[in-house]
Amino acid sequence: MTVAVNPTQTGEPVFYLADEHPHPEGYSTSLGFWIYLMSDCLIFAMLFAAFGVLGANYAAGPAPKDLFDLNLVAVNTSMLLLSSITYGFAMLTMQQNKVAQTQMWLLITGLFGAAFIGIELTEFTHMIHEGATPQRSAFLSAFFTLVGTHGLHVSCGLIWLVTLMIQVWRFGLIEANRRRLMCLSMFWHFLDVVWIGVFTFVYLLGVLR
Amino acid sequence: MSRLKILALLPLAAALSGCNYVVLAPAGDIAAQQRDLVIISTILMLLIVVPVMALTVLFAWRYRQSNTSARYEPDWDHSTKLELVIWSAPLLIIVCLGALTWMGTHLLDPYRNIGRIHAERAVDQSKAPLDVDVVALDWKWLFIYPDYGIATVNELAAPVDRPINFHITASSVMNSFYIPALAGQIYAMPGMETSLHAVINHAGTYRGFSANYSGAGFSGMHFNFHGLDDKGFDSWVAQAKSARGSLGRAEYLQLEKPSENEPVRRWGTVDSDLYRLILNMCVETGKMCQSEMMAIDAKGGNGHEGLNNTLPLSYDKYARRGTVLGPEPTFVVGTCTPDAPQGQTTAAIKAPLDTAPLLGAGLKRPTFAPLKSSSFFLGQRPKSDS
Amino acid sequence: MSPDLLKFIFGRLGIDSLPLHEPILVGTFIMVALGGITLLAGVTYFRLWGYLWREWFTTVDHKRIGVMYMILGIVMLLRGFADALMMRAQQAMAFNGSEGFLPAHHYDQVFTAHGVIMIFFVAMPLVTGLMNFVVPLQIGARDVSFPFLNNFSFWMTVGGAVLVMLSLFIGEFARTGWLAYPPLSNIGYSPDVGVDYYIWGLQVAGVGTTLSGINLICTIVKLRCPGMTMMRMPVFTWTSLCTNILIVASFPVLTVVLALLSLDRYVGTNFFTNDFGGSPMMYVNLIWIWGHPEVYILVLPAFGIFSEVTSTFSGKRLFGYTSMVYATVVITILSYLVWLHHFFTMGSGASVNSFFGITTMIISIPTGAKMFNWLFTMYRGRIRYELPMMWTIAFMLTFVIGGMTGVLLAVPPADFVLHNSLFLIAHFHNVIIGGVVFGAFAGINYWFPKAFGFRLDPFWGKCSFWFWVTGFYMAFMPLYVLGLMGVTRRLRVFDDPSLQIWFVIAAIGAVLVFLGILSMLMQFAVSFLKREQLKDVTGDPWDARTLEWATSSPPPDYNFAFTPVVHDNDAWWDMKKRGYQRPLLGFKAIHMPSSTGTGIILAGLATAMGFGLIWYIWWLAALSFIAMLAVGIGHTFNYHRDFDIPADDVIRTEDARTKLLAGAK
Repeated sequence: MTVAVNPTQTGEPVFYLADEHPHPEGYSTSLGFWIYLMSDCLIFAMLFAAFGVLGANYAAGPAPKDLFDLNLVAVNTSMLLLSSITYGFAMLTMQQNKVAQTQMWLLITGLFGAAFIGIELTEFTHMIHEGATPQRSAFLSAFFTLVGTHGLHVSCGLIWLVTLMIQVWRFGLIEANRRRLMCLSMFWHFLDVVWIGVFTFVYLLGVLR
Repeated sequence: MSRLKILALLPLAAALSGCNYVVLAPAGDIAAQQRDLVIISTILMLLIVVPVMALTVLFAWRYRQSNTSARYEPDWDHSTKLELVIWSAPLLIIVCLGALTWMGTHLLDPYRNIGRIHAERAVDQSKAPLDVDVVALDWKWLFIYPDYGIATVNELAAPVDRPINFHITASSVMNSFYIPALAGQIYAMPGMETSLHAVINHAGTYRGFSANYSGAGFSGMHFNFHGLDDKGFDSWVAQAKSARGSLGRAEYLQLEKPSENEPVRRWGTVDSDLYRLILNMCVETGKMCQSEMMAIDAKGGNGHEGLNNTLPLSYDKYARRGTVLGPEPTFVVGTCTPDAPQGQTTAAIKAPLDTAPLLGAGLKRPTFAPLKSSSFFLGQRPKSDS
Repeated sequence: MSPDLLKFIFGRLGIDSLPLHEPILVGTFIMVALGGITLLAGVTYFRLWGYLWREWFTTVDHKRIGVMYMILGIVMLLRGFADALMMRAQQAMAFNGSEGFLPAHHYDQVFTAHGVIMIFFVAMPLVTGLMNFVVPLQIGARDVSFPFLNNFSFWMTVGGAVLVMLSLFIGEFARTGWLAYPPLSNIGYSPDVGVDYYIWGLQVAGVGTTLSGINLICTIVKLRCPGMTMMRMPVFTWTSLCTNILIVASFPVLTVVLALLSLDRYVGTNFFTNDFGGSPMMYVNLIWIWGHPEVYILVLPAFGIFSEVTSTFSGKRLFGYTSMVYATVVITILSYLVWLHHFFTMGSGASVNSFFGITTMIISIPTGAKMFNWLFTMYRGRIRYELPMMWTIAFMLTFVIGGMTGVLLAVPPADFVLHNSLFLIAHFHNVIIGGVVFGAFAGINYWFPKAFGFRLDPFWGKCSFWFWVTGFYMAFMPLYVLGLMGVTRRLRVFDDPSLQIWFVIAAIGAVLVFLGILSMLMQFAVSFLKREQLKDVTGDPWDARTLEWATSSPPPDYNFAFTPVVHDNDAWWDMKKRGYQRPLLGFKAIHMPSSTGTGIILAGLATAMGFGLIWYIWWLAALSFIAMLAVGIGHTFNYHRDFDIPADDVIRTEDARTKLLAGAK
């Protein structure tokens, strides 16, 4: 908000705004959400650090190369990357005020997200069934926690997405809903970026190690 | 101001000057150098702290409201010269202190072999230093003298002017090994070894203790450190040698159970491998040693075979309960330990099998047994025989 | 009922979880219960529930939330200080074979609780409360950026405090020391609920702190009034900004560390275990990566308070505003590079230790510069010795000693002989009491008239001041001495009788501090009774300099009828000097956020969830979690969170003030 702070015609300094417009609703939201994302990023940074410290402590148990199925992970990664693209389409259609199309893209995004979670859960159950439980070694503790925390975030994102779809359906693409969709979009892409880190440092480098 | 109160206390302080300021008047060369550093740094800082305090009092008095003769300049808020001074004065002190710190930290690194016995005497390289293995137990100190094959609990002795190399570890939780008269402290941590190099210059009996809170019996976790002349040390060793009993793995497993305010104990013979086993957390038979585990991990783990090489933990000094949502506690089975070559049982050395919760004074008996419900995290639950 | 069903309903909570065998706790419980019943009965009798709910519990007004934070901090101070008295008494008694009056089981809880409560539930609420109250006023804003979040953050902090207080009467608290180092805090060595209370108390409060940090950053960045550039912000606002940046950049670390510890404890993962490749040293590193910035989170706002107070009561502009700001920013950044100095003795190499030692010393440069800036603010000033200024002088004299011993401890070889000793205890109490607590008291005395419209009684304030200052020196100077005698911390019994005298002196000091606290409570009571005499109608009782003094005391809900425009650092001083005339006409309706009960409900559910997790009452935890989700989502369906204060109301409020001001002349 830029305001003229010039002296009035009489040369007296202005000490208050006689005519004032309140800050629009959600004036600080995107900044606040960014800061939140950075604090969340720090959570992941710590989990990455823990994985970095403990990632080679297999406790005479299995190592990444024994456990990870890179094909599955590749499919999984593509699910999440595609969901980011479709979310992008949702935002584009939102900007054109097309409610139905926005909803459709949101739905597709949600389905990709759900597929991601589904594949991750399959991977986890498979590993646990083999005996590679989080308790088996510090490496597995760190792995399950890092990947699991990401998965939890995606799950929260899904709940948020469904909530927003209901809100868009009930109230339309009003200003507040647009802002919320924008925030979720940042959240969703942020998780995508984190996943790229997970994919690289945990899976790829893990198997190479 | 309040400082007057402190001044009033001075006579009392003088009356108490009989107290033993061991940190300021230690008996070992390392501690003495650390003391010197404490004093030099304090003096360095007093160079700036004293003027600041004096100026505070002066300005507070001089510019009080009732003193209308003092100058009053309500809009004076900047002076580049003064700014330079107030940033550079502390900077200079810190530059000096930083240099001192860098040198002192490297010279007095507890891992570094000491170069001198005291200010006037260098270490005689032809003479071997005294090796002492230190283990912090709940809540007592175990000292093993590998060169003499003796061990003691809560009593440490060393000859005057002979360098001592301490190898320090712990059995369960973090402690800190500290003999103020001898040298600064260093943490004692399970499964890890820290070391300390020091020398005692004056004969006498000094206090040693744990300086890191470790549980209920922490207050009683202290010992006497005897600085002895060579003859005295020899007779001390002979006395320990003559003590009955030997400290082997089974005895150690009994010893490491929590106990408080332990009296001095001595063993005339010690399992020569015991310290290594304690350090590697594999005194219990069948348990994989840390060193072995790390060697396997360095080669990329044990693969799928490694998934099932765990067994339920039947021995634990605390009779550790499992976590509520996790499986029973397990341990990694050793594939090849010196005492138990692969495939052989080690019936001769049995861990005490009493798994009743043995807790320190003040620790309540756990009243709750963990839920046995299965959970998402469980997967294949290792069979428990308890 | 079958044991299985009982276990399902109550988890591991049973009748034996109540500490009925501890007479001290039973006595305390009876006292607290009686006090609580009296309070509740009083509130009911005077029909205050509705008022409290509408005007305070559900409020989103930053001023009221700030006041509630202060009340929380002062209430918890009583608890934390009771622990301190018990420790001092125990250590003064336990000589010559005496075991004192506290068994290890109790004593170890007492010192853990003392540390946790004093940092998280006394210092943090006091600091957050002052920031909440003052910052929006200082920047000429109507409220914070996210008023609902503010309310929620406060109640989460309360939720954490409630959990910690519950541990006094249901079960027990951690016996690990305030940072709960594993392996000691892991399930094998601390199987009881104590550490779980610790974890969930801090997690619940931590969420509140992080969100409040985000909120205040946004407020300061986005809601400054026109003309207030970054370099025209009052120093308290600057230090608040830096503090909140530190909060946002460090509390997530605490959240992660505690989450990993709870995974170890609940699920059996191996982050900090001895076996299976876990690393307890990682915990120590991570918790101090949070823990060291935390120190600056507490002390930076105190620095801000002292800056405001010094310049106001010296009647002068703050000396070296720019260097003050840069010093604050430098401290903020450097505070992330020093965490290892808390454990030089863990065995890092000499190069690592000296790196962290030297970075620590470097922090003393900007801190020293700040000290000089205050000094030269006093220089050629006209210093009025009101209570805030007295606290400031006491701070300046005390803090340099604490700073000096701090730099001494940053020299690794010196730390090897002083680490974990009572010297260290004396040092950090010296900076935390001398810095943070004195700062909070200066702030309370300074801004109280702004919050309530009357000054605090100076007589009892001075009593409190002198008791505190002398008590502090008597309590902690002996600890420096004991540290030099090689006495370590957290000991319960001693066998060297020559030490006793020092502990007795320290205990007397603690009693003096206690008198100081009582005098402070007395000060509040007396001031309330004498509020007509102490009344301040001008809104500017100290002839102060910053914007918060431009409005009435207490400020109206909307803070400023017209958004102020700023031309100078000392905006209000500038306005006074240049003949600012308060506007009397042209008031318009003002858009404000409306109150909501969602915050307190969510925090209540979070607390219930924490309780369920502590006692393994899974149904309670699950239900509370689902309810939280439902309430949270439900809240997002409410799109109408604001209302307009009608112009008539604004006119009425402002006219009343005009009359008051006229009467004052």
